[in-house]
Amino acid sequence: MRCGDFRTSYSADMAIFDSTFARVALVVVIAALAALPLVGTIYWLDVANRVGIAVIAAMGLNILTGYTGQISLGNAAFMAVGGYTTAALAARGVPFYLTVPLAGALTALVGMIFAIPSLRLKGLYLAIATLAAHFIVAFVVVHWEKLTGGVAGITVEPPRLGGFAFDSDHRLYYLILGAAIGHLFFAKNLFRTRVGKAFVAIRDHDISAEVMGVEVFRYKVLAFGVSSFYVGIAGSLFAYQARLISPESFPLDVAIDQLAMIIIGGLGTVMGSILGAMFITLLPEVLRLVTGSLGHTFPALVHLFASLKLGVFGLTIVLFLIFEPDGMAARWRRIKAYWKLYPFSY
Amino acid sequence: MEFLLQLVVNGLAVGSIYALVALGFVVIYKSSGVLNFAQGELLLVGAYAFFGVAHHYHAPLWAALLVALVFSIVLGLLIERLILRPMIGEPVISVIMVTLGLAGILRAVVQGIWGTDTRTFPTSFDTTPFHLGTLPIARGALLSFVIVAILLVLFSLFFRTSRHGIAMRATAFSQQVALSMGISVKRIFALSWSIAAVVSALGGILLGALRGGIDGSLTTLGLKAVPVVILGGLDSIGGAIVGGLVIGLIENLAGGYLDPLLGGGVKEVAPFVVLVVILMIKPYGLFGKVRIERV
Repeated sequence: MRCGDFRTSYSADMAIFDSTFARVALVVVIAALAALPLVGTIYWLDVANRVGIAVIAAMGLNILTGYTGQISLGNAAFMAVGGYTTAALAARGVPFYLTVPLAGALTALVGMIFAIPSLRLKGLYLAIATLAAHFIVAFVVVHWEKLTGGVAGITVEPPRLGGFAFDSDHRLYYLILGAAIGHLFFAKNLFRTRVGKAFVAIRDHDISAEVMGVEVFRYKVLAFGVSSFYVGIAGSLFAYQARLISPESFPLDVAIDQLAMIIIGGLGTVMGSILGAMFITLLPEVLRLVTGSLGHTFPALVHLFASLKLGVFGLTIVLFLIFEPDGMAARWRRIKAYWKLYPFSY
Repeated sequence: MEFLLQLVVNGLAVGSIYALVALGFVVIYKSSGVLNFAQGELLLVGAYAFFGVAHHYHAPLWAALLVALVFSIVLGLLIERLILRPMIGEPVISVIMVTLGLAGILRAVVQGIWGTDTRTFPTSFDTTPFHLGTLPIARGALLSFVIVAILLVLFSLFFRTSRHGIAMRATAFSQQVALSMGISVKRIFALSWSIAAVVSALGGILLGALRGGIDGSLTTLGLKAVPVVILGGLDSIGGAIVGGLVIGLIENLAGGYLDPLLGGGVKEVAPFVVLVVILMIKPYGLFGKVRIERV
């Protein structure tokens, strides 16, 4: 293990993974993830799939909110656009390797349309504009019955590649894992490029960014586009995983959950998107285990589960914001820094 | 013609309640710059506190009302002290998120105690309509409109003439100046949260009496208040009142005339369409303070 920063070239400074240890650790983690279906039960694979989809969506939101500083409450609507595009295309026999990117592209387009108010609005007002986007998309979804099946919803056939169908959680797992890894790498690289640095400049100070030659409006729209592309992909994978999507699959709570993921995980970090998505998705599962095991002694707990879930969710957000406003990624960095020089950390 | 008048009357009645909830929004935003996404939950908690006292302890209605209001004041103070004060100086998104977290906690408490079924409200307005010429008007709608009008007049007097009201306006104008004039800004924040909790509780109780029952769907009123405050201007009390009535009208008229054409649900989405249009052409609303900043 290394014990300090000893970089001698710019390329070393720009490297995504700055030590052999990090690279080895990454390979080990990916290998462990690939081996998960061999040991996990169907239930936990389903949870793992949901975590993977949440990671992609949270990464998308983090590009917009964490890196570019534009708050969005419209993510449930963007996921719905991705999901319904997939369902509508799949019903017309389009193969999945086309539906998923097309869903992402169309969602990116919708996201860019809703980005136009961001020319004049920021902060709170933008959050409210995206909230309106949520309700408008929800209305369209319910009323465009020919395409969306209305309130009853629409079923989605499992994705097929030749004769091979991704029809079980085991098979879908690899699809989702691959998509998640690809999207995370793209995001990690994005912020080493001109575009990514422009995003960060807008977040840090939009007026200074404009003065330095960053076209704020263009890059804001682009940030909405990239972010919505991610969320659309997540929505598309969600449609394949859920098999049946209806307006109730995309309530406002989905958007709130995703905001909670990136805030608890850490704004403006790739690691934060992963940790936050895992945390928020696993929290109800852990709670279910706990109430299940205590259910014999306190039978009232089982009835209270729904409100307990909501209460613990709310409390976690509040406590995190008060005691660890920089999120789990900051804690993770501090733990790493501590071990870097262990036992001579001072 | 009668259909139109009916829609207008209903719209004004609902709009007056929107105005009340929006007033809570504006008071908090004006003094502390926080957009409170838990406003609907404050309404829920207030209505259930009233219901709980009246139903479980068989208290007379005035006593239940008093208990609910005192409870709301204390709740507002506690929320400000425990949750919002540590957030001073944090970025906008964190403050939005903390009120969303608060919303979750409040909803969970109500759900945990009273469940999710609709509960019959202990009091409800007389349902026999009152005739104005040939036009029948529901007594509940009329009564709630009058009550809200009285409350709004009282609040405007409070902001115009009382010492605390003026201190609140001073804080809204500039926190630094207010501090240097010897106003405790922290106390003002606390006061604004209790006012918001109280007006929401009153709105919840009125709505419960109007509908005859309460359930978790009361919280949607909090989201409805968002288009209202944007139309009126986030920091204008008069704007909240005008905005509430206008949104109530638009919602009912759009619902009445467009629902048959578009197949229902227009009522829910119309305020948000208005919201987008306002944000595009006049982002600070009808009466909001305009801050010009060009990039």
